[in-house]
Amino acid sequence: MHLATYLGLLHSSLTTLADAFRQVGRGHGEEPDVRQTCLLLAGRIDRQTEALAPIVERYGEDREQEPERLHAAGLEGTRGGGVGLLRDLQDLYALSSFTDITWTVVGQAAQGLRDRELLDLVENHEQETARQLTWLRTRMKQSAPQALIAAR
Amino acid sequence: MNANPVPERIAEVWGERTPYRRGDTWPRRTDSHLEAGVGESDVDRWVQSACVLCSNGCACDIAVKDGRMVGVRGRETDLVNHGRMGPKGLYGSWQWNGKDRLTRPLIRRDGELVEAGWDTAMGLIVRRSTELLDEAGPLSHGFYTSGQLFLEEYYTLGVIGKAGLGTPHMDGNTRLCTATSAASMKESFGSDGQPGTYADIDHCDALFLFGHNMAETQTVLWSRVLDRLAGPEPPVVVVVDPRRTKVAEAAVESGGLHLAPLPGTNQALMNGLVRELIVNERVDEDYVSAHTLGFPELEKTVEPYTPGHVGEICGIDPDALVRAAEIFGTAERVLSTVLQGFYQSHQATAAACQVNNLHLLRGMIGRPGGGVLQMNGQPTAQNTRECGADGDLPGFRNWENPGHVRQLAELWNIDPMTIPHWSPPTHAMQIWRYAEQGSIRFLWISATNPAVSMPELPRIREILGKKDLFVVVQDGFRTETAEFADVVLPAALWGEKQGTFTNANRTVHLSEKAVDPPGEARADLDIFLDYARRMDFRDRDGDPLIGWRTPEEAFRAWQECSRGRLCDYSGLSYGKLRGGSGIQWPCDQERPDGTERLYADGVFTTKTDACEDYGHDLLTGGTVSAREHKALRPDGRAFLKAAEYTPPPEEPGQRYPFVCTTGRTVYHFHTRTKTGRAPKLRRAAPEPWAELAAADAAELGVTDGDLVRVESARGGVEVPARIGRVRPGVVFLPFHYGYWDTGGEDRPRAANELTMTEWDPVSKQPLFKIGAVRVRKVEG
Repeated sequence: MHLATYLGLLHSSLTTLADAFRQVGRGHGEEPDVRQTCLLLAGRIDRQTEALAPIVERYGEDREQEPERLHAAGLEGTRGGGVGLLRDLQDLYALSSFTDITWTVVGQAAQGLRDRELLDLVENHEQETARQLTWLRTRMKQSAPQALIAAR
Repeated sequence: MNANPVPERIAEVWGERTPYRRGDTWPRRTDSHLEAGVGESDVDRWVQSACVLCSNGCACDIAVKDGRMVGVRGRETDLVNHGRMGPKGLYGSWQWNGKDRLTRPLIRRDGELVEAGWDTAMGLIVRRSTELLDEAGPLSHGFYTSGQLFLEEYYTLGVIGKAGLGTPHMDGNTRLCTATSAASMKESFGSDGQPGTYADIDHCDALFLFGHNMAETQTVLWSRVLDRLAGPEPPVVVVVDPRRTKVAEAAVESGGLHLAPLPGTNQALMNGLVRELIVNERVDEDYVSAHTLGFPELEKTVEPYTPGHVGEICGIDPDALVRAAEIFGTAERVLSTVLQGFYQSHQATAAACQVNNLHLLRGMIGRPGGGVLQMNGQPTAQNTRECGADGDLPGFRNWENPGHVRQLAELWNIDPMTIPHWSPPTHAMQIWRYAEQGSIRFLWISATNPAVSMPELPRIREILGKKDLFVVVQDGFRTETAEFADVVLPAALWGEKQGTFTNANRTVHLSEKAVDPPGEARADLDIFLDYARRMDFRDRDGDPLIGWRTPEEAFRAWQECSRGRLCDYSGLSYGKLRGGSGIQWPCDQERPDGTERLYADGVFTTKTDACEDYGHDLLTGGTVSAREHKALRPDGRAFLKAAEYTPPPEEPGQRYPFVCTTGRTVYHFHTRTKTGRAPKLRRAAPEPWAELAAADAAELGVTDGDLVRVESARGGVEVPARIGRVRPGVVFLPFHYGYWDTGGEDRPRAANELTMTEWDPVSKQPLFKIGAVRVRKVEG
C-alpha cells in the first residue's frame, strides 16, 4: 500500500506550509494584517499536523524522497515592497494549493479504505485549506492594483 | 413651546428622572441652555437642527441673536430625545463661536502656513491633483474624511471620488468608530441597516449593553434607561465592560449583572453565552429553521466554550456567565446594544455578530423591545456608510455585484469601468499604509484630526510629515493635523451650513443654517463642488458630472441613488423634515411616515442580487464569493456566523505587564476640537488621566494624582493617576486629548501615542481597546 507515501507528503507539505506562513508573517511585519493572519493560519496548520499523528501511526509514512523538492518549492526568504508582498502571497497560494490537492488524494484513499476517522479529518482540513486560499486570494486582489500601477 | 433653563448638566449629567412604565411613552422634558445674560425673549429666532456630538443625534433648535448662535433647546416632539439634551449638546455645540476659527485658506510657503485667497489655495490643490492624475493615475489620491459631515456632503464627495477621479481610496474616521457596526450587520443580515430602534428601550424587560458605556457616550439615551429603571416594571440590565462604570452599577442595582472580561476576550464570552442558550434549549427552533442559516456550524463552534472554560479565558465567575445567559434566554423582550468595547477590540466583527446571533436564536428581532442596536459614535457617521464616502458603495450597494455597479454608472452617466470595484474600497488603515509607502501622494483630510485620533501617533506624524505627500486639511479650526498640511481650507461648522444627517436608529434630521460662517469659511459641500468644477469632471455626454449646487439639490440626487435600496430616502424631502421632526428610513411611497423597525417579518436582505456583501470568514477576513453565496441560497434568511476565540495579537507579559484600554468620557467628543473650546466642558475635564485599580496602584507606589508614565512598545503618555475601578491588571486612558490646549507644556498625553496599528480582519476597525503597557511613577 502506498498511502504511507502520501501521508509522508502531506506531513511534509503541512510543515513546509506552516513554516512558510510564519516566514511571510515575520517578513512583512509592517503589514499588520498579513503578519497576524499568517501567524494565525500557521498555528492552525500546526494543529492539522498534530491531528495527523494517529493516522500516521496507523498507516506509517514514507518521507524519504520528497523533502528536498518541497523545500525548493517553499520560500527562501521574503521580498520587499508591494510587489514583493504579492509574490510572497502568491508563493503561499501555490504551497497551499499543493496541500489542498494532497488532502484530496489522501481523502480518496480514505474512501477506498472506508476509514471514517481519516475521512472526517480530511473534510475538516479541506475547509482549513479553503480558508487559507480564500484569504490569500482576497488579500492579493486588494493589493494588486496599487502594487502594479501606483507603487514607485 | 416653553423652554426652561435646565439645572447644571455638568454635575447632573442625566438630569432629573421622569419615570415611566414599560410600554408607555417616554415623558417629554424640554432642556435648554442660553448664553449668560440672554433670556428667552431676547432670542431673535429658533432654527431647526439636531446635535452631532454623539450617535444619538438629539433634535434641537438653535437660538440666534444678532446673527450669532446663543443657545440650544431640545425638540420635545422628536422621537429621539423627547426634548432632552446632554452636556455636550447643551454646552459644546455652539460655544466655540467666534474665537480662534479658521477664516481664510492657508498655504505652506517656506515651511510656514500663511494666509491666501481661495483661488490660490484651490489652484494649488487642483494643480497637484492634475499632475498626479497625469503621472500616476487616480490610485495616487486618497480621501480621509470624518463622521461629521452631512449626507449631502458625503454623497457629493463619494461621486467625486468614485465617478470623477475613480479612486477606491476613500474612507473616514468612521472606520475607527462604526465600521464594525456596519460589518456585523452585513455579515448577519446581508446589509447595513439597524434592525432595532431607540423606542425598544420603552418595551424591553431585559437590556444587554455589550462594551457600551451608554451613560457617558449617549447621555440622553441613558436618561431613557434610567427613567425605565426608576419606573414600574423596570428592565433587568446586564453589562459587559472591564470597568465598573455607572452603567455597570445600574446593572447590579437592577438585579442584573456586570461581567468584566479581560480586554481582548469578548469572543470567548460571547461563544459561552451562545452555547448556554443552545444547551439549555432556549432556542426558538421554528424561527431558526425558517429564518436563519448556519446553526449546525455555530453549535459546533461554540461547543467547547463551557462556563468553566470561558471563566478561565475571560477571568470571570462562570456562574455569572450562566446567570447572564439565563436572563437573555428567559426574558420576553431583550434589547441589546453594542459599542466600542466590542468594536475597537479583538475579534470585533465576530463578537458583534454573536450579539446578532443571540437575537436570531431567540427570534428576537424586529418587534417592540426585541431589538439589536449596533451603535455608532456620531449621527452623521451613518451617512458615510450610506452615501459611499467611506469603504462602501452608495446605497448599500455591493462592489462585487456588477448589476449594482451598473446602476451607479447609469445614475451618474459614466462608464462602469470608472467606478473602482475590483475589491472593497480601501479602508483607512490601508490608505495610511499606502501614504507611508509613497503610492498615495495626495491625501485630502476633511473634518477630522488623525494626528490625535489614529492609532500609533508617532507613525501618523511621520506619514503626515512626508515631503512627497501633499496634504489638504479642511476644518473649522487649526487642528494638530492642520499643522502638517500643505493647504488648509476653512470650513463652516454645524449651524453655519444646511444639510441632513441620520442617527444610529435611522432617524433623518434636517439641520438648517442658523448663522453665517466666519470670515471666508465655506460649507464643506461648496468646497467639494468647487473642486469638482475646477477639475472639470464630466459625464459620458460631456455634461458636468455633478449637476447640483445646493444641499437640497444634493439631497434629491441622493434620493434617486437610494431609491429601492434598504436605505430608501425617496419618500423624504426637506419640506417634510422641516417643521416636523425626525423620520426613520426606509421612507418611500408605501411607507411615507418612515419605518420604526426592520425585519419584522424575519425576511433579511440576504438575496444574492440584493445584499450589500456576500460575507467573510470571520477569522481571516477572506471574502465569500458570489457563487458560494448563491449556492447557500440565503434567500432572505439571516446568517448565524461563527468563529472560535483566538488570543489577541498583544498580551501582557514581563516587559509590559498591563492591558491598556482607551475610551471616551462624557465631557469631550472626538479630538476635543469643539468640546475643548466650550468652557464648561473644558473645566469639567481639562486633561487626561490614567485609571488604575487600587491594588495595582498600591504595588506601583502610586497615589491619586501622581504623575505616571504609561508606555507601550510604540510610545507613551505622562498623565496623573486616578485610582479607579478598572479590573486589576488593566489601565484605562481617556483618549482624544491632543496638544493644542496644553499651554506649552510638552509632556505626551494623547492616548494614541501608545495604541497599536492592528485591525479587525473583517471590519478593519483598529484595536484601541487592547495593548500591553507598563506603568511607572514619574519622579519630581
